[in-house]
Amino acid sequence: MKQNMNILLSFITILAIALVAAAAAESQIAGNVLTGIAPYLVLAVFLSGFVYRIIRWAKSPVPFRIPTTCGQGKSLPWIQNNPVENPAGPLGEIGRMAAEILLFRSLFRNSQTEIVNGRTVYGSAKWLWLFGLLFHWSLLVILFRHLRFFTEPVIPFVMGLSALDGFLEIGVPALYISDMTLLAGLVFLFLRRVVLPQVRYISLFTDYFALLLIAAIASTGLLMRHFFPVDLNAVKTLAMGWVTFSPPAPAQANALFYLHLCFVFVLVAWLPWSKLMHMAGIFLSPTRNLINNNRSQRHLNPWNAPVKVHSYEEYEDEFRDKMKAAGLPVEKE
Amino acid sequence: MSLAKIPKPDDLLQIKYAPPQTAWMETPVDFRPGTWSYSAAAKNLAALDMPNPRAWQPSDADWKLPENWKRIILDGMKERLEKYRSFRLFMDICVRCGACADKCHFYIGSGDPKNMPVLRAELIRSVYRRYFTASGRCFGKLAGARDLTVDVLKEWFYYFYQCTECRRCSVFCPYGIDQAEITMIGRELLNLVGCNINWVLEPAANCFRTGNHLGILPGGIKDMLEFLADDIEDRTGVRVEVPINKKGADILFVTPSGDYFADPGTYTCMGYMMLFHEIGLNYTFSTYASEGGNFGLFTSHKMVKRLNAKIYAEAKRLGVKWILGGECGHMWRVIHQYMDTMNGPADFLEEPVSPITGTRFENARSTKMVHIVEFTADLIKNGKLKLDPSRNDHIRLTFHDSCNPARAMGLFEEPRYIIQNSCNHFHEMAEDTIREKTFCCGGGAGLGNDENMEMRMRGGMPRAMAVRDVVRKHGVNRLGCICAIDRVTLPPLMDYWVPGVTVMGVHELLANALVMKDEKERTTDLRGDSIEAPSP
Repeated sequence: MKQNMNILLSFITILAIALVAAAAAESQIAGNVLTGIAPYLVLAVFLSGFVYRIIRWAKSPVPFRIPTTCGQGKSLPWIQNNPVENPAGPLGEIGRMAAEILLFRSLFRNSQTEIVNGRTVYGSAKWLWLFGLLFHWSLLVILFRHLRFFTEPVIPFVMGLSALDGFLEIGVPALYISDMTLLAGLVFLFLRRVVLPQVRYISLFTDYFALLLIAAIASTGLLMRHFFPVDLNAVKTLAMGWVTFSPPAPAQANALFYLHLCFVFVLVAWLPWSKLMHMAGIFLSPTRNLINNNRSQRHLNPWNAPVKVHSYEEYEDEFRDKMKAAGLPVEKE
Repeated sequence: MSLAKIPKPDDLLQIKYAPPQTAWMETPVDFRPGTWSYSAAAKNLAALDMPNPRAWQPSDADWKLPENWKRIILDGMKERLEKYRSFRLFMDICVRCGACADKCHFYIGSGDPKNMPVLRAELIRSVYRRYFTASGRCFGKLAGARDLTVDVLKEWFYYFYQCTECRRCSVFCPYGIDQAEITMIGRELLNLVGCNINWVLEPAANCFRTGNHLGILPGGIKDMLEFLADDIEDRTGVRVEVPINKKGADILFVTPSGDYFADPGTYTCMGYMMLFHEIGLNYTFSTYASEGGNFGLFTSHKMVKRLNAKIYAEAKRLGVKWILGGECGHMWRVIHQYMDTMNGPADFLEEPVSPITGTRFENARSTKMVHIVEFTADLIKNGKLKLDPSRNDHIRLTFHDSCNPARAMGLFEEPRYIIQNSCNHFHEMAEDTIREKTFCCGGGAGLGNDENMEMRMRGGMPRAMAVRDVVRKHGVNRLGCICAIDRVTLPPLMDYWVPGVTVMGVHELLANALVMKDEKERTTDLRGDSIEAPSP
């Protein structure tokens, strides 16, 4: 089955990346490339790709104001409108976008439709929302935590966040909550894709690959933190070297670290060309980021062009006799 | 296809949601009778200067496409990717989470995976990837890309004419991806090579020439409205005026032609006329702009503009102050979200002010067109109408939010306010099936034809099931709505799934309750049915 092929191929691709990384760890030259040149290359691909995609979206105009309204609109003064789900002004609009981006408002509506005993039943289905939200917030927290490698002295916010994240104080070094929630999210999202026949049916290679790639990054990271410690000072020196554009010659190569790095590089370089660009696209979505003030403020379409219409004169010319016969007024007798 | 020929409701309800064994790209489309619409007649294409007029049917093997059809489609896609951010963005950012899947009434009613909005969109996304993205060009199927072939085009036709552009999926999508937008563009592309349906193109061609979808000529419109005035006199004893093409009127009234042409829309139209008479509104109908609906919306953005242009042009010619619009769904999508942009600015009109209450409709100050439920709710709020809700005691009503006023405007409380002031027995359907989560009637966007009846009954099933629940719980016998397409498509849907429930517009309900000056004692409603409540 093709769907299963996609799952298999995603695993194989991850393995292939791992093999390349492992091989790189064995070779001095490859190691130099990976730690000295690749970071800049990857960053360049990421930034240019990200900007390119956004410019390409932005270059296409928004000819019509087409918000999807999810609450009472603003009409008569005595009717209470819903300022967030159906924004009438910029403040409400900001609220709506914030709710979408920070809380996944629309996904929170998710329900599950079933036919039970000849009745349609709409059950609550918040799991996708919950694990989706956990997954994304965990990613963000983890990304912020990694700033400790790239700043000296470490930004206080990052220190605080890390402390908070590890407040359970399980194990040494402390287990981060975000790591666990990220894994939980990944497992849920992957299993959902594989187990639900409908979702498996629509899934492409890229859908599995994105999840597996992030899982590979997370697991190599966790292995380094909890089971096969790496020399954190060396990592920090390397990272600071990148930031100051003077990457040091790599010390003793650590295969796990190289694996982690390789997966991250693949993710970062691939991201702008993948569906993961939804992170930027959501800001531009015209059904969400437009104010529903359609009838009070005219929206302009930059390519609005004249069209062939059927004028009243043409209409009356054709039907004048009939109009007169029916006693309807005409412009020309 | 008549109702008699499609499977019995209990059989239709045996829906298999398990996807087929074959991957979707390898599953060819099956043009099963009852699930698609007839092709547009050549004369209608010719009337609108549209390409490739010919005799053909979707069930034919040869669709008689132009020689360079592929080039035309791909160029059309390129043009639209550059013109619509929505299209480009919605091609790029879907993550296939599947939250939209069981939100589509056609998927719920058919179980066909290509009716999941996500997969309906993938039908065109796969072609987008193949021709417009590097990964699709290099990796083909692995990247979810596929060649554009005749079979793909047929699949587009089948499924883009199995979407009613209701936007329910867009409410649930975490990025707001709107299948209606994709379907609209998909249909535009199909139109470029002459693949369209008659139920859309004939009304559009009629509307272009005669001013209304049904092709009613000026005298016919007058006759019908006079006939409705006779009926009003018969029921109420009051003779209402029928102003048509009247210069010097304050307000141009535009409503879907279905309202003055066919039951039960005619009762709603009688409701408007009684209301306007009672408050002494100086208004006029128009024969040139005798259509509120706009089947251009189901054809192309260009056609929307061509048909919509009549409304402002007529308002200008007649010299009215502003425009009032009747109860209609997709008409209001066009008026609210497209009209001003396409054919405005309407600087020759005044900011709408109710001549009865003095209320300034600030929400319509640019477009200068007010929805009749806004207008009437304001009248009631200001105590300008005398209503006797007990005249509707024979009706136990539930209300169907029409897709477009719900999800493109947010018109929820206005109709409910009118309903609550006009009747004593009003019961809402389940929360997941009303307001922004409302379900389509199954026959919008030009799909309300007879040959497509099985698909209509399938697509309308979730709506009908919600009605059935309130019938059982509250003894509901009437389904209210503010949409002319609903008034045509819901009656057969009710006959099939919930026999005994009839359909009405909100202004019919209002007019039943409306106490008019010099009226005779009312013993019947506008339909001529006794207003005595049936004994419980």
